[in-house]
Amino acid sequence: MARYLLRRLWYMLITLFIIATVSFFLMKFLPGSPLKADDKLSEEQKTIILEKYGLNDPIPVQYVRYLGNLVQGDLGVSFAFDNTPVTDILTAKIGPSALLGGQALVLGTVVGILLGLIASIYRNGPIDFTSTIIAVLGTSVPSFVFAGLLQYIFAVKWDLLPVALWDGFEYTILPTIALAISPLAVAARFTRTEMIEVLHSHYITTARAKGVSEAGIIFKHGLRNALIPLVTVIGPMAVGLMTGSLVIEKIFAIPGIGEQFVTSVTVNDYPTIMGTTLLFAFGFVIIILIIDLLYGLIDPRIRIAGGNK
Amino acid sequence: MEKKNLNQIDKNLFKPLNQEENVSEKITAPSRTFGQDARRTLMKNKPAIVSIFIILLIIIMSIIGPSLNDYGNDDQDLSRAKLPPRVPLLENVSWLGLNGTLSGRYEGTDVEDATTKAMARYQSTDEFVDIKVLEEGDGSRNSAAVKATFHIYEAKEMDDTYFWFGTDTLGRDQWTRLWEGTRVSLIIAFVAAILDLLIGVTYGGVSGFYGGRVDNILQRIAEILVGIPNLVIILLMMLILQPGIVSIVIALAITGWIGMSRIVRGEVLKLTNQEFVLAARTLGTSNGTIIRRHLVPNITGIIIVNTMFSIPGAIFFEAFLSFIGLGIVPPNASLGALIELGFANLRLYPYLLVFPATVLSILMIAFNILGDGLRDAFDPKMHK
Repeated sequence: MARYLLRRLWYMLITLFIIATVSFFLMKFLPGSPLKADDKLSEEQKTIILEKYGLNDPIPVQYVRYLGNLVQGDLGVSFAFDNTPVTDILTAKIGPSALLGGQALVLGTVVGILLGLIASIYRNGPIDFTSTIIAVLGTSVPSFVFAGLLQYIFAVKWDLLPVALWDGFEYTILPTIALAISPLAVAARFTRTEMIEVLHSHYITTARAKGVSEAGIIFKHGLRNALIPLVTVIGPMAVGLMTGSLVIEKIFAIPGIGEQFVTSVTVNDYPTIMGTTLLFAFGFVIIILIIDLLYGLIDPRIRIAGGNK
Repeated sequence: MEKKNLNQIDKNLFKPLNQEENVSEKITAPSRTFGQDARRTLMKNKPAIVSIFIILLIIIMSIIGPSLNDYGNDDQDLSRAKLPPRVPLLENVSWLGLNGTLSGRYEGTDVEDATTKAMARYQSTDEFVDIKVLEEGDGSRNSAAVKATFHIYEAKEMDDTYFWFGTDTLGRDQWTRLWEGTRVSLIIAFVAAILDLLIGVTYGGVSGFYGGRVDNILQRIAEILVGIPNLVIILLMMLILQPGIVSIVIALAITGWIGMSRIVRGEVLKLTNQEFVLAARTLGTSNGTIIRRHLVPNITGIIIVNTMFSIPGAIFFEAFLSFIGLGIVPPNASLGALIELGFANLRLYPYLLVFPATVLSILMIAFNILGDGLRDAFDPKMHK
């Protein structure tokens, strides 16, 4: 286990290093100058400014300094907001994003698992059919189309909930639902397939034979085993939430990381874009690592198999 | 007693059974190949067949759609901007909303106040605006309400003009732009899927077939690449490349092949260790023939299924990129770019969002259902 953990950490570091390196050199090759009003400055002024930010040093020197700063959590200074460190911008904006993502993840998985569970118990019935349709729609219809639909029906037509912005719980309802639909579909589909397979296995027959109640079979013997593999789809779900957050936050004008990213793209604020990208990459890599470790911990079969190797 | 009787049965009553070759093992039905089997399963899957027809219809519309009327992709004309959809014949069916009118609910202290607000909104006179009183009101603020229906085509003296899906904020025909956009989205999706297929199958095939050190090196590279979220790579690529169709395809292809290569490698690895490949090797078959005759037919199904799923993935990513402003640049349209414009005008001109969003959703659903159907068809365990 320790060896496995070390190996995984090593890979994680390599991945992050590659992403950081690639984004640094991309930054250097991007068109445009970091100076505002480039042509109005005299040569001396330019030199002073470039010197101040260390932009006159040779690229390798800058690269080493960049990596050093990165390790200390310094992502540079935003072009768009004068002299504001990217780290500050991102810390200020991470709250809404995390809240929204967390709510959506909880809502999506809980409702999705319940839906999949009911569908698997009443297999081929009307509930199963409905859940299949929800799963197909949830995986197919992009979250921004879904968000538009919600926004139009609940906010514009019926005036029940606020259209956009971020000012209390009722503002989080629509974006959370829009963001939750994709994890919901994944969880529902996955739980149904796994439950059907588990309910056909021999230990369920054994449990039935020894007289365990139907509820006990479904929850204690069935669901617990069916949910183990669900841990593996948390990774894709997290990626889906990150992708979704970019558009959902834009649509609902939520002051989060995703909305910041889209705004930065439109104003060519490269340091912020790179900082956000690195943050996304970092979050993703960490999540994948946690899932892999968790998976080994939850399922003894995997732990033993890994130990024997 | 009984036993004795049994022994006294006349031996002539017994006839020797003709000895035949194992009849019970004889196959009575004609044997079907794997491909035929898969096709039969797919044909029985009604949603998948419907999806095929829908996809074909959308592909055909994306080719001939723009030339069905006389408007061009970039014919800007501000005088005819933001016209609602109007379709001949269908304009008489009121609930479809294709009659070329804008309507809304306006509130005021009394009916007259509400009517004035409606007129001010449409900048028109009562000649072209139908007012329907919803609530008389009692003089207090916003107590009266009217439903105003603005006949914008008549007001602009364009009685004989029909914009089937309306016009956008710059007066461009949305029908033309919608199908041009669909074409762009489909081209991106298909090219990206084919690139995924080529790169993924080659990489995975080489890795699985040659094994050993080659496999080891290739897999370590893939392992690192797989750790980088494709969202991050695609966003970075879109930042440095000039926005446009080619960049989107490149950005999608750079990350898309990894999934395919892993599946192909796994399959090839499994197959090359099976007896029939060993037999072929023992008989002195060359590598090329083994790949062509034994490996490729066995992994075709899984490749087709995987490619089918990468198409909707690519459509989604294109729409996503265009939506956040990193994709297609105007005046070109794509489904994502049209939807983005639709969002900006959601409150007043919802039709700008409805049509592209519907086409995108139907396309994604159809491709996903077809992919599911193909997966069932090519999975021998599913055959009944």
